[in-house]
Amino acid sequence: MAVGKITFTKTEREKLAEVLWLLNWISVLTGVILFGLGLFLKIEIQKWQEVMSEQGILYVPHMLITTGLAACGINYLGSKICLDCADTNKFLRWKLVMMPYIVCTFCFTACVLAGALLCYTIRSQLEQSLYLGLRSAMRFYKDTDTPGRCYLKKTLDMLQIQFQCCGNTDYRDWFHIQWISSRYLDMTNSAVVDRVRSNVEGKYLMDSVPFSCCSTLSSSPCIQHNLSNPAAHRHYDQQSQQLNLWRRGCQQALLDHYTGIMQSIALTVLLIWLFELLVLTGVRYLQTAMENVIRLGDPESESEGWILENSLAETACYNFNIIKNLGKCYQVDEDPNINIPTAAADQEVPPLQVRVSVTS
Amino acid sequence: MVVMKMKFPFQKRVKLAQGLWLLSWCATVAGATTFSLGCLLKTELRRRSEVMDNSDIHIVPNTLMIVGLASLGINYFASKICQDALDAGRFPRWKNFLKPYFAVSCFFTVLMLLAVIMSYAMKGSLESSLKAGLRNGIRFYKDTDTPGRCFQKQNIDRLQMEFQCCGNNDFRDWFEVQWISNRYLDFSSKEVKDRIKSNVDGRYLVDGVPFSCCNPSSPRPCIQYHLTNNSAHYNYDYQTEELNIYLRGCREALVNYYMGLMNTIGVGVLSVFLLQGSVLVSLRFLQTSMEAVAGEENTEIETEGYLLEKGVKETIMEYLDPVLTFLLLKNQVEEGTTGETPATT
Repeated sequence: MAVGKITFTKTEREKLAEVLWLLNWISVLTGVILFGLGLFLKIEIQKWQEVMSEQGILYVPHMLITTGLAACGINYLGSKICLDCADTNKFLRWKLVMMPYIVCTFCFTACVLAGALLCYTIRSQLEQSLYLGLRSAMRFYKDTDTPGRCYLKKTLDMLQIQFQCCGNTDYRDWFHIQWISSRYLDMTNSAVVDRVRSNVEGKYLMDSVPFSCCSTLSSSPCIQHNLSNPAAHRHYDQQSQQLNLWRRGCQQALLDHYTGIMQSIALTVLLIWLFELLVLTGVRYLQTAMENVIRLGDPESESEGWILENSLAETACYNFNIIKNLGKCYQVDEDPNINIPTAAADQEVPPLQVRVSVTS
Repeated sequence: MVVMKMKFPFQKRVKLAQGLWLLSWCATVAGATTFSLGCLLKTELRRRSEVMDNSDIHIVPNTLMIVGLASLGINYFASKICQDALDAGRFPRWKNFLKPYFAVSCFFTVLMLLAVIMSYAMKGSLESSLKAGLRNGIRFYKDTDTPGRCFQKQNIDRLQMEFQCCGNNDFRDWFEVQWISNRYLDFSSKEVKDRIKSNVDGRYLVDGVPFSCCNPSSPRPCIQYHLTNNSAHYNYDYQTEELNIYLRGCREALVNYYMGLMNTIGVGVLSVFLLQGSVLVSLRFLQTSMEAVAGEENTEIETEGYLLEKGVKETIMEYLDPVLTFLLLKNQVEEGTTGETPATT
């Protein structure tokens, strides 16, 4: 028995074709939206790609862009097909293309769903990438004279100002790295030399942070140095300490930013996927209804449309057998010496026994 | 003598009416655009209202919004009039409406041009308003515990970071103001006491700037304090150092920003002005050419259209006379009564 059988009269078929033509044009628009979303995400990721350790995450916007372009093409073709489907004569032109088209659309719709789900699952990879990227960016903060790293300081400062964050996980990350270049350190000064010597690796470490960590919400001028010693500063109580610098780490800030963007994109893509599914179902019904009309021979009669001709299990078995036999057809041996008893031999017609009546 | 007389055969009149209908709808969209540009400018000015001393500059966006709304009405009526123009039966009902309509439309169209001129002319007013506002902002920077001034620090910091500027004219404005509150000064320290004593008003002045003046493009970590003291920092010369802090003053930055915005808007408004002017001119030609047809049996004759029946001066006097008589009406009545009483006695 067929899955989802519906009977269509001639007017209903024509109406369905018209509605599908309109829906396909709307789908072209949603394809453009999908393309735009992919482009937007790509630009957003490339803005801060210097603080990401690897660019693997870029496959999400690339997938959205290709799916968007494919949507435009497929749905444009679909609108042309649906316009012709109202008339049985014109439908015959598209008869052979219909089945591959529907299979294509089905695969493409699955890609759209995959794109939406990817947006949700990319979070852990992004977290790792940001952690490693920020750690190396902070390490190269002082290298403004090294080619290839000149602008890391500016990028990191702008990041901390714009996202209101400080350091990787929090501001104390700046205590573990040397962020003041040796070019600006007076090596003749004994205090400087002591500090460098006190460290195993010979780095000049301080309990201070760059100016970009300063919070604009603080009521006192920014305290950047001697942060481990609150007593060294006047009126530097618990509340002032909370407001003085940005408390959030930049990894968390960027993660929240991108997660927010990708969740909105994923929601929109899911809605687009549901719409595409609706269009696909409509086209399938139209295809089967038109084929049945041609089979019946009378263009004015009612016909049935369905999603699957047999039940889901039977269709699956049938398709699976086709795929299995696709592989087998090249296994048959063509060697003429081997005697293969053919069925034709048994069916050979025995020589006609003519009864001759002997007349005496 | 008639200004700009032109001949209008029937086909030309029809084409004029059709073209005018389309033009008036374009002008309606343009009027809506003018209104939204006015709203945009007003929003941008209000965002930085804390560093502006007065709101005189707001007359420019207010005028744009009024003109935008007025042009919606003007163009709506223009489209209605040109729809009725070719119909000899329906056109006469607009007869009495047209004279005041043209007066009002010309007034608002000229107002549009005035708004653009004003946006250039008020640069000086904007500059002085910003100068006073920024001076107050810098003076009250430290007063984060005074009600009404709590957010000055936050506003000035955000402004300096966003517009990449420092101080009013330049960063030296911070040297003349105590921007570190007394709450955060250690009065037992000798250095603090010396600094306060050396100043006539007893203020704690430093040659330092707030962190928001720091330039992220600088290759070295930001130097905020002891800016004029070369020996306080290693490998530092304050006279040649350009990237350490922002050298531009916030007044200059803000004036440039707003003048740029108003220039862009001004170009748009000028093109809307030209469009609106062409709508009014076309409507006038259509009106005068259709008036000549009225009463004729054959409506397809060739007629003449003109802009002004009399010369420019006489037309202006004709329009101003009712206004003047209205204003002088009271005086005339008083003169009449005083003149009469001596005669009766």
